[in-house]
Amino acid sequence: MRVTFTVNGRPETADDVWEGESLLYVLRERVGLPGSKNACEQGECGSCTVYLDGTPVCACLVAAGQAEGREVRTVEGLADGDRLDPVQEAFVECGAVQCGFCTPGLVVQAHDLIERVAQPSDAEIREALAGNLCRCTGYEKILDAVRLAAARKAAS
Amino acid sequence: MSATPVRAPRDIAAPGTGGVGDSPLRPDGTLKVRGEFAYSSDLWIDGMLWGATLRSPHPRAKIVSIDVSEALAHPGVAAVLTHEDVPGRKHFGLDHTWDQPVLAAGEVRHQGEPIALVAADHPETARRAMEKIRIGYEVLEPLTDARRAAFDPAYPQVQPRGNLARHQPVRVGDVEAAKARAEVVVSGEYRVGIQDQAFLGPESGLAVPAEDGGVDLYVATQWMHNDLKQIAPCLGLPEERIRMTLSGVGGAFGGREDLSMQIHAAMLALHTGRPVKIVYNRYESFFGHVHRHPAEMRYEYGATKDGRILYADVEILLDGGAYTSATMNVVGNAASLGVGPYVIPNIRIDAYGVYTNNPPCGAMRGFGAVQACFAYESMMDKLAEACGLDPVTVRQVNAASQGSELATGQVVWAPLPMAEMLQQARELPMPPPLDASDLRNLPGGASQTTHGEGVRRGVGYGVGLKNICFSEGFDDYSTARVRLEVIGGEATALVHTAAAEVGQGLVTLEAQIARTELGVERVVIHPADNQVGDAGSSSASRQSYMTGGAVMTACQAVREGVFALAAARLGRTYDDLSLAGGKVVSASAGVLAAIEDVLGDAVVEETREYHHEPTTGMDPVTGRGDSHTQLALCVHRAVVDVDVELGLVKVVELAAVQDVGKILNRLSLEGQIHGGTAQGLGLAVMEEIVVAGGKVRNPSFTDYLIPTILDMPPMRLEILENADPRAPYGLRGAGEPPTLSSTPAIVAAIRDATGLALTRVPVRPEHITGSS
Repeated sequence: MRVTFTVNGRPETADDVWEGESLLYVLRERVGLPGSKNACEQGECGSCTVYLDGTPVCACLVAAGQAEGREVRTVEGLADGDRLDPVQEAFVECGAVQCGFCTPGLVVQAHDLIERVAQPSDAEIREALAGNLCRCTGYEKILDAVRLAAARKAAS
Repeated sequence: MSATPVRAPRDIAAPGTGGVGDSPLRPDGTLKVRGEFAYSSDLWIDGMLWGATLRSPHPRAKIVSIDVSEALAHPGVAAVLTHEDVPGRKHFGLDHTWDQPVLAAGEVRHQGEPIALVAADHPETARRAMEKIRIGYEVLEPLTDARRAAFDPAYPQVQPRGNLARHQPVRVGDVEAAKARAEVVVSGEYRVGIQDQAFLGPESGLAVPAEDGGVDLYVATQWMHNDLKQIAPCLGLPEERIRMTLSGVGGAFGGREDLSMQIHAAMLALHTGRPVKIVYNRYESFFGHVHRHPAEMRYEYGATKDGRILYADVEILLDGGAYTSATMNVVGNAASLGVGPYVIPNIRIDAYGVYTNNPPCGAMRGFGAVQACFAYESMMDKLAEACGLDPVTVRQVNAASQGSELATGQVVWAPLPMAEMLQQARELPMPPPLDASDLRNLPGGASQTTHGEGVRRGVGYGVGLKNICFSEGFDDYSTARVRLEVIGGEATALVHTAAAEVGQGLVTLEAQIARTELGVERVVIHPADNQVGDAGSSSASRQSYMTGGAVMTACQAVREGVFALAAARLGRTYDDLSLAGGKVVSASAGVLAAIEDVLGDAVVEETREYHHEPTTGMDPVTGRGDSHTQLALCVHRAVVDVDVELGLVKVVELAAVQDVGKILNRLSLEGQIHGGTAQGLGLAVMEEIVVAGGKVRNPSFTDYLIPTILDMPPMRLEILENADPRAPYGLRGAGEPPTLSSTPAIVAAIRDATGLALTRVPVRPEHITGSS
C-alpha cells in the first residue's frame, strides 16, 4: 500500500508498504529517518517516541496506515537548523546522554512535558518520563537536563 | 573494498577545550540528541537484504533432520543456510574452549540456540520463510540442576568435557582449627537470579561483501579484535580480508563480549554476494546474548564476640548454561573476591562454574564479583546482629586497607580507605522522613491502595570490591595511534583506536587526554576499526586505564616528535620543553613558538601499545596469586520505605562513596556511578530472567523489568581521589564497583525495615509479605 503523511513539515510518500509495518519501520527504513529508535518495538521503552498530530506516541505501536494524512514530528524535527532545541541542548550539557539509544524518545517526551507544563516539579518530570527506559544514566542527569531546559524556556 | 553504507561512522570533532580533569561535552552528544548518531541498527545500503535467525524452541534436543527447501522457495528469499554452509571452523567462543556452534548441528543445548539463517528482501519475508524451515527434533529432558551438574557424577553431560567448567579453590590458614576458636558463628545460603544486561540498542549490524572475497563488517561490539579472531576462522578467511568498523553501540554492560550476529551476517553476505543487515528485536535479544550467572552460595563465618572474623567457609556455585563464554573468568573473580574487602585469617572458598541447559551466562557489569558481594555483605550484616554491633562498625573492624592481604594473598598496594569511606557514608545527612500526604511518595507510587499505614523505613550499607582490567595473567593491552598536523591553520590531533565507545564516554576522555598531553584544542576522534592495533575489550572498567594509557603514551611520543622538530627549527635543544596552550614552552626560556609554526607541513604520527603491570594466575589448589591489576571500592548507603503489607519497596535515597583515584571527567564519572547503581537497584528489587525447565518465561520489557525514572531515587555522591600510583593519572576504573555495592545495601535496608532474612535477589513482594 501507499502511505502519504507529513514528517517534520515535509510531505512524504512511502510505496509498497506491507500492511503490518509500523510507523517506526516506515520512518526508519523507508523515509530515511532512523532517529526514532527500535529498542523494544513493543511500546515498553519509549525510545521511538514521536509526535503524531501533536501528541507523543510510541511509533512502534502505530500501524503505518494509521499515519495516513497525519502529521508526524520526530526527534530530527526538533532543532532549528544548527540551533538545538533547549531540551536537546540541556541533555548534552547535563550529561544526560551516554549510549544515547533512549535519548531521542526522552528528548521528544521531555519536549512535550515542558510545552505543557512551564515549570514541572520533580514528581511531574518523573511521571512524564516514566515510560522511557534508560539503561545507562540512572536518570539523575536526565532530571537535571529537564530542569535546566524548563528553566531556560521559562526565562526566555 | 566495497561500497560504504549510508550512516557509516565518520570522524567526529570533539567540542570544547577541556583536558584531563575537566568535563567537556561528549563528541557524539549533539548527534545523539538530534537523532543523527548512526547506531548499528541504523545502517543502510542499496540492495541490502535482511537476515533472520531460526532458533531452537527447546533447551535440549537432538536435531534429527533439517529441511530448508520450502523456505528457499519462498518468494523474496535469497538464501537459507545451516551448519553445512559454515565455510570454516564450525565453532567459536570467547574462551579457548571454542565450544559454541556457529549454527547447531545434531544437537541444541539451550533455548534460542541458532540453527538456520535466512536472507530476504524484507524482514517480514525472512520471518515468514523461517517458519517454513522444517526441523525434526527429538526433544530431551533439559539438564537444569546446577548442583547436580557440579557434584553428581551420574548426572548426564551437557558438554562432552563434563559439566564442570571450572572449580577454583582459595585456601588460607586453617579453617577447621579456627572453627574451634570461634565465639560467634553465622551462616547463610544466598541466591542471585539471572540478570540481563538489557542494553537498549539491539544486536545488529551490516555485512558488505568485498571485491577481494572478504567482507566489511559494521557492528556493535565491545572488542573488535577478539571478534575478528573468532569470525575469521569460521568464515575461512584471513583476518586481513575482514574489515571491521564499530558502528554506534546502544549500551553493552558485558552483553556484547560474545558474538551475536557477526558471523551469521557475514555468511549470508558472502553466500549471496549482497549486503546483509541483521537486527534482533527485543524478544530475540533476550536469547541473542549471555546473561549474568545465577548463583547459589553457602557462607559460614566464625568470629570473636567483638566481631573480628576468624574464618570464612564459602561455596559459590555459578550456572554458566550451555557454553563456556566467560564462565572461567567469572569463577576466578567470584573466588578471588569471594569474601570482598575484608581481612580474614582463615579462608576456604570453593567457586564452581557448571554447564547446564539453562540460558547461557557470561559477562555482565560486575562479572562474578556482584554475586559474591551480595552474599558477603549479607553475612556482614548477619555478623553485626550476632555480635550486637552496628553494620558500619562490623565492616570497619574487618576492613582491608593499604598493605592488607586479600584472600588470594595479593597485597593491597594502593590506598584503600574503606573504614573512612564507611564513616563518610554513615555521616551523610539522611533524607527527610516519609511525607505520606502525597501518594506518589509511597511504595507503589500513584497506584498505592493504602495511606501508608504499613510503611516502614530502613537503612542499609553495602561495600563492593571490584578488580579493574583483566586478571589472572592476561595481558589485555591497548593500542592508540595519534597524529598531529596543521589543518586549516590549526594544530589538530587525530586519535585512532579500536576501543569500543559503548556509551561510557571513552571518546570524550580520549580527546581530553590528547589536549592535556599535546597542548592543543582541536581533537578529532577517528571511528574505531581494526585498521589499528588491538585495544582490548570495553569491559572490566578498563578502558580509561588501558586505552587512556595508550592515548597518553602515543601523545607523549608525538610530543617528543614535536620537540625534535622544534629543535631543528630553532637550531638548539632544550631539555625542559612542554606543550601548552598551543605553544612549545621551555620552562627556562618561556614560549618558544606556536605548535603550528613548529609543525609547518610536517605530520607527526605515533602508535603505542600500553600494557598494565603483569598479573599472575591463581594457584589451582590454593588460589594464591597476584591475579588482579587494580582494585576499586564503592560504599553505598540505601534508605528505603517498605510497605510490609503490600510487599512494595520504594528506594528513597542511595548515597555512594567511591574512590576513583583521579576524577578525569566529573560529569561522565557521575553518570557511571549513577548508572552502575541503578543496575544494582534493578538486581535488588526487580530484575530477573525467570526460567522454568530451561525456558525463559519473560523475554520482553513487559515482563523483564528494569528501573524506570520512578524507581530510581535521588543519589548523593562523595567521590574520593586517592591515586593509584601504577595507573595513568592515578585513576581507578569506576563503572563497575557501584553495581556491586548498591544491591546488598538496598537489601540490607529492606531487612532493616522488615526484620526479614531475605536471602535471595531480586526481592519480590511475596518475599516481604510471606505469601509465596
